[in-house]
Amino acid sequence: MSGNGGLPHRSFEDRLNEARQRQGLDTPQPVKTATGASGMGSGLRAGVELVSCEAVAGAIGWGLDRLLHTLPLFLIIFIVLGGVAGILNVWRLMPPPGDAGRDDKRVP
Amino acid sequence: MIAGEPFEIRPLEQFELHPALGAVGHAVNFTQSNLFMVAGALLTMALLVYGSRPRATVPGRWQSLAEMLYEFVHGMAVDQIGPEGKAFFPFIFTLFVFVLMGNLLGLIPFFFTYTSHIAVTGALAVFVICLATFVAIRTHGLHFFSYFLPEGAPIVLAPLIVMIEIISYLSRPVSLSMRLFANMMAGHMILVVFASFVVMLGSLGAVGALGAIIPFGINIPLIGFELLVAVLQAYVFAILTCIYLHDAVHLH
Repeated sequence: MSGNGGLPHRSFEDRLNEARQRQGLDTPQPVKTATGASGMGSGLRAGVELVSCEAVAGAIGWGLDRLLHTLPLFLIIFIVLGGVAGILNVWRLMPPPGDAGRDDKRVP
Repeated sequence: MIAGEPFEIRPLEQFELHPALGAVGHAVNFTQSNLFMVAGALLTMALLVYGSRPRATVPGRWQSLAEMLYEFVHGMAVDQIGPEGKAFFPFIFTLFVFVLMGNLLGLIPFFFTYTSHIAVTGALAVFVICLATFVAIRTHGLHFFSYFLPEGAPIVLAPLIVMIEIISYLSRPVSLSMRLFANMMAGHMILVVFASFVVMLGSLGAVGALGAIIPFGINIPLIGFELLVAVLQAYVFAILTCIYLHDAVHLH
C-alpha cells in the first residue's frame, strides 16, 4: 500500500509528526551531548567519566586526609561522592531513553 | 629486534621519546613529539594560506577544503556557545586542528602521534578548563559559584550536592585528557601488537607465513577504524570545549 494515499508531498508519517509537534507531544531533544552514536564510543566515554570522577574524588579525599591526619575518613567519604558524581556525569551526557526532553528539574 | 634473541612484543616502545634533530635536538631536547607538532602546525598553515589564495567565488579543491574546515569549526563554536562563540573561535580552531593533526599524522608509518602522551592531552585539557573557569568568573563574578547548586535542588541537601558538583566539575580536565590519550594510545598499541603477530607468525615457515595473513588482514580495517577515531576524538575534544565554554558563558 503506498504511503501517501494520493496526497502530493507529505506522507502520513510527516503529517503525524507535525501534528504531534504542534501538540507538544514530542519535545525536541536538546543537541547538547557530543556524538556518542557508536556504542563502543559512548561506552568508553561513560567509563572515562566514571573513572575520572573517582580519581578526582579519591585525590581530594586523600589530600584532605593528609592535611588533617584523618585517614581514611575523608577518603571513604569522597570515594562515595566520586561515584555519585561519576554517575551524575554519565546521566548528563547520556540520559536514559524516554527521559530526555521531560522537564525534570531535579537533574539539570 | 636483535638476531638470535626471542622476539618479544613491545607495544610501549613506540611511545618513547628520542631527540629528533641531531645535535640541536640533543641540546634542547627537541623530541619527535615536538617535531610533529611543528609539522602539524606548518601543514595547517600551508592548507589555510594556500587554500585561501585563489579567492575564487566557486572554490577549487584546496580552497574548498580550507573553507569547509573554517566553517565547520565556526559553526560548531557559534552553535554551541551562542553569539559569544565568535570570540572563542580562534582558540577552538587552533585546538581542533592541533588535536586533529596529532591524531592523523600518527597514522602515517614512522610518524609520531603526539596526542598519545598524557602530558600533551593533559596540558590541553587543563588549559581548556582554566580558560573556561577564568571566562566564567570574569563574566559572572562571584555568582559563578551558584553553578554548583542547581536550581530546583532541595536546600537541605546543599552541602552534599555542592561537593558532588565540585567533584564533577573538577573531573572535566581528567576525563577530557584521558579520553583522547586512551583512544590514541590504545589504538596504536593494538596496531603494534597485531603487526608483531605478523612478524612472529611469518618467521614460522610457509604455514606460518600463510597464517600471518590473518593479523595482517585485521590490521587493515583497524587502520580504517583508527582514522575514524582520530577525526572523531578531535571533534569530541573540540565540542566538549565548546560545551564547557557554553556553561561558562551562560548557565553560571
